Amino acid sequence: MIRILLALFLLASPAHASEKVIAGLSQNRVAITANFDGTGILIFGAVKREAPPPTTGPLDVIIAVSGPERPVVVRKKARVLGIWVNKESRTVSSAPSFYAIASTGPLPKILSKSEDLRYKITIPRMVAEKAAADGLSNIDEFASAVIRIRQHNGLYTEKGGKVNLADQTLFDTQIALPSALVEGDYKARVFLLRDGRVIDDFSKTIAVRKVGMERWIYNLAHERPLIYGLLSLAIAILAGWLASTIFRLLKLS
Amino acid sequence: MQIYLPIAEISVNAFLLLGLGGMVGILSGMFGVGGGFLMTPLLFFIGIPPAVAVATEANQIVASSFSGVLAHLRRKTVDLKMGLVLLIGGLIGAGVGIEIFRALREIGQVDLLVKLTYVIFLGIIGSLMFIEGLNALKKSKTRAGKPAPRRGHLWIHGLPFKLKFRTSGLYISAIPPLAIGALVGILAAIMGVGGGFVMVPAMIYILGMPTKVVIGTSLFQIIFVTAFTTLMHATTNYTVDMALAVLLLLGGVVGAQIGTRIGLKMKAESLRLLLATLVLGVCGKLGLELLIEPSELFILGAGGE
Repeated sequence: MIRILLALFLLASPAHASEKVIAGLSQNRVAITANFDGTGILIFGAVKREAPPPTTGPLDVIIAVSGPERPVVVRKKARVLGIWVNKESRTVSSAPSFYAIASTGPLPKILSKSEDLRYKITIPRMVAEKAAADGLSNIDEFASAVIRIRQHNGLYTEKGGKVNLADQTLFDTQIALPSALVEGDYKARVFLLRDGRVIDDFSKTIAVRKVGMERWIYNLAHERPLIYGLLSLAIAILAGWLASTIFRLLKLS
Repeated sequence: MQIYLPIAEISVNAFLLLGLGGMVGILSGMFGVGGGFLMTPLLFFIGIPPAVAVATEANQIVASSFSGVLAHLRRKTVDLKMGLVLLIGGLIGAGVGIEIFRALREIGQVDLLVKLTYVIFLGIIGSLMFIEGLNALKKSKTRAGKPAPRRGHLWIHGLPFKLKFRTSGLYISAIPPLAIGALVGILAAIMGVGGGFVMVPAMIYILGMPTKVVIGTSLFQIIFVTAFTTLMHATTNYTVDMALAVLLLLGGVVGAQIGTRIGLKMKAESLRLLLATLVLGVCGKLGLELLIEPSELFILGAGGE
């Protein structure tokens, strides 16, 4: 039995090990400035081979970029005494703030279910897995509400066919990061697949940080809240006084 | 021009915020209300997280009220003594209100209670003002320009601790203004507004203050109550967004100046009718939201609340 398994392994492994993915990003850092309005990240790479490409099945590439994971409280409205109120609520302990998948073809076609389970690639897998750990079933309405609402807001996207693959070797795609970007470490993952199975993967971190004025305001608000509050009030009073004075002068002249 | 808000963590159009601030500022100056009851729902609508909207709105109200009160001070239409009495009540109320808010938040029903309070208060006050305004308008037409006689509030005159309020021409007990201030303070903290829309009618109908003095005095009190709320939010929740506040208040202070001038040119009765219509409109919209089945039954909130 062991011998048979070993033989199978030896037969199977060379085909898998012979293709490696090498990838790069157009930027490892995203700076959120005051006029930040979203940005695009170019993810590109190549398939490295020691031997000619195997003829077993088509080569596919999936690229996924995910934002920092945070807990989400999902509330469901129900009618009580004629008015709609938040009745039930569940907490999904962690869901990515942003998730974009691009691939060379439709995901159900190029990715097998077992591989999706293992690498957590598709959007439902990414969220439902976490929801299941919180005692929610995979098809739970609360978990799917997270996906539906975030898809509607453009935070979760899935684009089959958006990855260009040339000569079974070179690939690239553009991932758009929206303007409503949350600060944190984003993760870019590249999967190389053949026959629905992942044969190699690569991942890299993209640091999304507020800079300049944004950074200063954010830090002040969290580190010296009293000074921040007083400064906010001072700005408000000053603006109120300025407007009043300017208008009075305009009227007198 | 898009601008990224550092605390709200979203990017919005700067001109949209300036415009909103200006519009609400005009109303604020005209009616002596902070405008929070309009602005806070509008901010939710453009996607600002509720906690940030409520806290930042308090900061913006400080600016528009300050700008408005300066114009009133120059015209001597602020009863400072009355304002101080209301303010003492208001600060006590705001402290209590913030505690109530925290307790409601733990139960997870803060949304509903805020909306219900809005609907109930806006509904009652709006209807009362509307009816009263209509009656006053009819009277002023038949009795050409003569002011309607003030109704006697006998129970108020029986209370102890009487004070003389020269600017308002009143000699009444300090208890009713203190109580009104406290009630408004509680509401202000729970609803995330200045509370002018409750205080203005209360000053007119319960205290019997002249309408022209009411607006300036209300603005005067609102400045301090909202400044207190802003500081509380900034130090406990870190939800005051300075960039958002600056944009809103730039529009707001200019609007408030224009509004104050429009308000002075209008007849008190029609001013009251207009404010009543506005209050009823907001009430109706919020009420419908509670009654009609929403298209999305689920809502997402930040974890760890």
